[in-house]
Amino acid sequence: MSTHVVIDPITRLEGHGKIEIFLGEDGDVDRAYLQIPELRGFEKFAQGRRAEDMPQITSRICGVCPMAHHMAATKALDDLYHVEPPPAARKIRELAYSTFIVEDHALHFFFLGGPDFVVGPDAPKARRNILGVVDAVGLEVGKEVIGARHQLRELMNAIAGKALHPVFGLPGGVSRFLTPEIQQDANKAAARALNLGLFALDAFRKIVLAEPANVEMITSEAYTHRTYAMGMVDGANKVAFYDGRLRVVAPDGAELLTFAARDYLDHVTEHVEPWTYMKFAYLKDVGWNGFTDGAGSGIYSVAPLARLNASEGMATPRAQEAYEELVSTLGGKPVHHTLANHWARLVELVYAAERMAELAADPEILDPNVRTVPIAVPTEGIGVVEAPRGTLIHHYRSDEAGLITSANLIVATQNNAARIALSVDKAARALIHDGKADDGLLNRIEMAFRAYDPCMGCATHNLPGHMPLVAEIRDLGGALLREVRRD
Amino acid sequence: MPSETKVRPEAAAVGNVATGEGRFEPTIVAFFCNWCTYTAADMAGLSRMAYSPAVRVVRLMCSGRLDPQFVLAAFRQGADGVLIGGCHPGDCHYQEGNYKALRRVTLLRSMLRQLGIEDERLRLEWISASEGEKVQRVCNEMAEDLRRLGPLHVVLSKLGPEDLDGLLAVGQNGSPAIAYEPAEGEVP
Amino acid sequence: MTKPKVAFYWCAACGGCEEAVVDLNDDLLAAVELVDVVFWPVAMDFKREDVEAFADGELAAAFINGAVRTSEQEEMVALLRRKSQAVVAFGSCAVLGGIPGLANLYDRESILREVYHECPSLEGSGTRPAAGTTSVEEGDLRLPVFGADVRTLDQVIDVDYYLPGCAPPAPLIWAALSALVEGKLPEKGTVLAPDVALCSECPRSATKPDKLSVDHFRRPHEFVADPEQCLLAQGLVCLGPATRAGCQAVCTVANMPCTGCMGPTTRVADYGAKALSAIASLIDANEDDEILARTAEIVDPVGTFYRYSLPASLLHRRVAEPAGNGARQ
Repeated sequence: MSTHVVIDPITRLEGHGKIEIFLGEDGDVDRAYLQIPELRGFEKFAQGRRAEDMPQITSRICGVCPMAHHMAATKALDDLYHVEPPPAARKIRELAYSTFIVEDHALHFFFLGGPDFVVGPDAPKARRNILGVVDAVGLEVGKEVIGARHQLRELMNAIAGKALHPVFGLPGGVSRFLTPEIQQDANKAAARALNLGLFALDAFRKIVLAEPANVEMITSEAYTHRTYAMGMVDGANKVAFYDGRLRVVAPDGAELLTFAARDYLDHVTEHVEPWTYMKFAYLKDVGWNGFTDGAGSGIYSVAPLARLNASEGMATPRAQEAYEELVSTLGGKPVHHTLANHWARLVELVYAAERMAELAADPEILDPNVRTVPIAVPTEGIGVVEAPRGTLIHHYRSDEAGLITSANLIVATQNNAARIALSVDKAARALIHDGKADDGLLNRIEMAFRAYDPCMGCATHNLPGHMPLVAEIRDLGGALLREVRRD
Repeated sequence: MPSETKVRPEAAAVGNVATGEGRFEPTIVAFFCNWCTYTAADMAGLSRMAYSPAVRVVRLMCSGRLDPQFVLAAFRQGADGVLIGGCHPGDCHYQEGNYKALRRVTLLRSMLRQLGIEDERLRLEWISASEGEKVQRVCNEMAEDLRRLGPLHVVLSKLGPEDLDGLLAVGQNGSPAIAYEPAEGEVP
Repeated sequence: MTKPKVAFYWCAACGGCEEAVVDLNDDLLAAVELVDVVFWPVAMDFKREDVEAFADGELAAAFINGAVRTSEQEEMVALLRRKSQAVVAFGSCAVLGGIPGLANLYDRESILREVYHECPSLEGSGTRPAAGTTSVEEGDLRLPVFGADVRTLDQVIDVDYYLPGCAPPAPLIWAALSALVEGKLPEKGTVLAPDVALCSECPRSATKPDKLSVDHFRRPHEFVADPEQCLLAQGLVCLGPATRAGCQAVCTVANMPCTGCMGPTTRVADYGAKALSAIASLIDANEDDEILARTAEIVDPVGTFYRYSLPASLLHRRVAEPAGNGARQ
C-alpha cells in the first residue's frame, strides 16, 4: 500500500503547486500539504524603479489579474504623489475594473473551477476543461461565452490600452479620455455581461444545484471551515471592488473590525513555514494558533464568499436578488461552505455587470479632463482594491525623485493561503481511505483549492535554505578553478 | 547564450589580487577613431612612447560608429576597462559623429553604474592625430585606475552552494556548461 | 491522421501567456481541431507523469513561457525538450528574461532578506522556506531551489523558435500554430514576428520629425501627452525605434510610450544597449554639462532599457559586489 500520494502539478488555477499526501498505516491520511514552489521577488526588484512604472511592472505579478495589480498600484501612486484624480478618471478606472471583474470571474467559472461541476468531478481527465464545458452546454452556448469574453477584453483594450497588462494608470488619472464610441461599446458590453452573469447563475442552478450529489458535496463537512472573513465594503457595507474600507467578520457573523487600507499593518501579519514559498496572512488582533479554524484562530478568508460574508449585501438590484437566494438556500450567513465560492463568484459577476452599466451610462465619463498632474514631492502611498481573488494592497515608499525605495504587497491569495491549506488537508482526510486514491478522487481534493480561484503567482514572493555539499568546479583542462562548499 | 561561471585563464596566468601572487594587469579594449586617435596611437608607437601593453586597440572609422553593444561585448569577453578615442569637438571627419559618441557614452556610463560597473571603467577622450603623448598618458592613467579597482568579473551566473543540486549539463551552440555529478548514493 | 501533439508550460511566469492563448477566442476552438493539447496546467488536468509517459520526440512542439529561476523549472523544461521535436520560447520572459529578469539586479540573499526579514508585515519569527528537504511530523517534503539568477529559456535548453511579446499578440500566436500544423515552420532560430521597428506600425509615425531631437526628457506623469503627436517628439522615452513590431502599437495608441516588450529586431545582440543608443542619439546637446543634464533625466536606465531583457543582455546581470578585501567574487 502506498504511504505517499502526490498531485503534481495542481491544475486549473493560476500558478504552480503540488499536493503531498502522507498516509498512515491504516491507509487514512495523516496530513496533506499544499506546497507552492515558485517565487520571483517583485518586492525586491521594485527597489530603484520609477514609481510611475509600478502599475506596469506589478501587473506582471499576474497575467490573469493584471488589471487588479495595475489598479492597486495606480491608487498607491495617487497616495504617493498626494494627488486626486478628476472624477472622470475615477469613473474610467472603475469602468475598466468592473469589466475586468466580470471577465475574470467568468473565466474562472467556465475555464478553471467550473468544469468540475459542469462536466463532473469524476469525468475523465481529458474532458475536465473548457472543451468539456463546451460539449456539455453546446457549441452555440460555448461560442457565446467565448464571444462575450472577447467583447469584454476588447473593451478593456480600448479603455486601458491592453487588457493583458494595462498601460493607462498614472498618478492623478488615466492616460487618455473616453470617446463616445467607446462609451457605446461599454453600454453594449455591459448588457451582454449581465446576460452572461444571469445565464451562468441559471446554469449553476440547473447543472449544479439540481443534482443532489453536488449539493451534498457543497454542504458537506469535508469542504467546510469556519473562519473570519475579510472584504471591502462601501459606506453602506455593500460589497465594493474599487474603493472602500476593509471589514472583518467573525465566524459567527459579528463584525470584528473595520479599517482603512493605510492601517493594514496594524491588522495583517504574515506567517512563514519552511515547506512552501507562500507566506500565510492572518489577523494580528486574533493571533496565529496553527492550522485550525474557529474564532480563536487568526486565519481568515477573502474573495467571493468571504466578501459576501463580510458585507451586508450587494449595491445593485439583480446582484442583491442573487445574493439573497444564495444566503437563504444555504441556511443564512455567514456561509462557511468553501465550494459555495463558485456561486458567490457569479453573484459578484452580476454586480460587476450592473456596475459597468451604471458607469457607462454616466455622461461625466466622457469629460476629457482625466489627469491631475502631480506637483507634490512623493513620499509614501498605499492603494487597495478587491482583486477577484481577494483583498490586494500595494504599499510603496519613494525618494524625492520618485524612485521606489521599498515596496510591500499583500496579494489576494496570500490572505486565503492558510484557509486553502486547511481545505486541502481536510478534503484529503475525508476522501482517502484504505490508501485508495484514483484520478477522480484526487481531483475532488483539488476542488478544495479551486473554489478559492487561487493565484499562486500572485501569492508568492520568497526563498530557500541549503543542504551540506561540496563541489569542485574545473576548467576544460581539469584544473581546479574553485571549490564551493555548503555546510 | 550559455550560463557558465566566467572563466578567465589569463587571470590564473598573471596572478590573483586576493592571494598577492604576481600583480593584476588590467585588460583595456580601446576603440580608436581612424582619423584622429588611431593615427596618434600609431605615432606614439613609432616614437617609442611606451604605454600599457594591456591595451587592445580596435579601429573604427569614427567614434560615432561606437555601438554600446561593443562596450558590453568587451566587458563580457574579459575587458576590465573600455577606452574610446575620438576627434575633438568640431573636428569630426563626419561632422557629428563624436557628439553622438559623447551622448551615448554618457548615458551608457549611467546605466553601467546601475549594473555595478564603476565610472572609471568606461572612458572617452578627444585625441587628435598629433597627440601621441596623450594616447600614452591616457592609457597609462587608465591602467593605473584599473589596477586600483581590480579586475571586473562579469559573472554570467552567480552560482552558490545552493545551486549544485539543480545544475543541468546543458547549454547551446557547443558552449561548455557546468556538469554536476552527484556523489555515490546521493540523490541529485 | 493523428493531430500533432502540443504542450504549453510556464516557468517563472505570470499566466499572461496562457491568457494570450485563450485570447485566440474562436480561434482557440479552431486550434484544438488542429492540434491535440496534451499538457496545459492552467486549463487542463494532465500531470507531470503524463508528460513523462510520452516517448522522446512524440510531441510536435512545446510552447514554454516564463523565465527559468527554480530547479523545478529546469527539470520541467529539460523534460519537455526531450519529449518534443520543437521548442518555442513563448513570450518575453522565455525569450529575453522578462520583467522577472530585473531580479538580476539583486543577488539571491538580498531578495531572501527582503521577503523574510525586512518586509514590514512579517510576524518576525525569522523562519525561511528551505529548499531541498524539510522534515515534518508526517514525513519529508521537498521544495525546489530558487536559482542564483533569472535565465532565458535558451540559456537552459536548446530552443527552436522565439515568439516575443508580453504577451505575444494573438495574430502571431495563430500564425505560429498554423505554420506548425501545415509543416511550414521557418529555419531554426527564427523569431516568429515581423522584422521591422515598431514605428512602422505606430499611427503617430507621420508626425515623427525627420530630424528628431529632444531637449528635455519627460516622465509620463509630469504632463498630459498629446494623443496624436510622436511621443519621442514630446520628450517621452518611447522605445519604438529600437523595438520589433507585431503588436499594433497598442501602448502608443493608449497615449503611453512603448516599453520594448517585443524585444529587438534580428540584427541586434543586446536590446538594452541598442535602445539606449537610439535614445542617446536624440539628445539635443553637444556640451558635456547639457548632455549630463539630459542623462540625469533618465533616472532608471536599467528599468527603462532592460525592462524585459536583462537576463538576455551581454552582461546578464549586475556584476558581483566587491568583497571586503577588494577582490571580486
